[in-house]
Amino acid sequence: MARSDVQLMLDVKAGDEQSFTLLLYRYRSPLVNFLYRMVRNREQAEDLAQEVFLRVYRAREDYVPSAKFTTWLFRIATNLALNSVRDTRYQRMEISLDAPVMLDAEDGEEKTLDVAEKHPNIEQHLVEETQKKMIRHAIEKLPEKQRAAVLLHKYQELDYGEIAKILQCSESALKSLLFRAYETLRVELAPLVAQHGK
Amino acid sequence: MEKKILGYVDGRLKESERLEVEKHLAACAGCRLRANEFRAVSGLLDELPMIEPSEAFDLRVHARVAAEPLKQSWWAWFTSSPRVAVAAAMLLLASVWVGTHSTNNQPQIAQEDIPVLENLDVLSSFDVLSELPPPVQADDGGQQQNPQM
Repeated sequence: MARSDVQLMLDVKAGDEQSFTLLLYRYRSPLVNFLYRMVRNREQAEDLAQEVFLRVYRAREDYVPSAKFTTWLFRIATNLALNSVRDTRYQRMEISLDAPVMLDAEDGEEKTLDVAEKHPNIEQHLVEETQKKMIRHAIEKLPEKQRAAVLLHKYQELDYGEIAKILQCSESALKSLLFRAYETLRVELAPLVAQHGK
Repeated sequence: MEKKILGYVDGRLKESERLEVEKHLAACAGCRLRANEFRAVSGLLDELPMIEPSEAFDLRVHARVAAEPLKQSWWAWFTSSPRVAVAAAMLLLASVWVGTHSTNNQPQIAQEDIPVLENLDVLSSFDVLSELPPPVQADDGGQQQNPQM
């Protein structure tokens, strides 16, 4: 039977390094994806995820299972992501407009428009990529806290109470935050929403 | 209603809340439309694929963890380093021995020495010495020494 997150963390606290590796395997992908969608840069997302795990390791001796492990983990991740987004907000506005036309790939690596050879139905592929790009940009345009709320709610499937603790707000405030975020997404993605709703 | 509509779309409401929302939606076209649009937004968000961490990710985490300084209590520090513990014990013993030894060799000022100290002016005045009679010369085989030469 798989040990719970809390049990693994208590084992790490007792000096079991292998339990830390199990936690790493369990949460590396959710964390990297959450951080990638927060900061929109793969390398930076991985650096931040490493920092999250490092902070968990550093705090092992003081760990007390007073809350769910995921609440603690994503609280660290959210704080790091919010700080990072605020720090780089102005840097990202300085992207050169002279750069060659690139297609922003989901894996975080820029790809040139040379997909015709690999995709016979290039038109369909471009439509799908454009749609994904619109969705990513709509998420990116959300205020940081709304973005974090949507990502934790939609992709990590955390419950309202847990997300509220991570974002340090009340459940009621969180529900309002999510409603406003979905309202913004509904407007930003209106053409896609109309298609999807049919 | 706005705080419940997303929970309804995602199926996170309690049964009683769900029934309440359904009753409202049946009578409110605006909220019904909004619920459908939120469902469409939620579906669009599902279309974004997940990414996989790079192959070097785990190695980097382990390397950073390995580079962390060991955090131990002072007692654990002693127990994990026998040489340090032995050295510390010897230092402690040496300190105790030196302390004891130096205490025994402290110059003791006896009660009878105190008047001498009180006559310190006399001892430091060499005029008094010139008034003393010449010292008795020892007979050491015919050689005579005159200290005033």
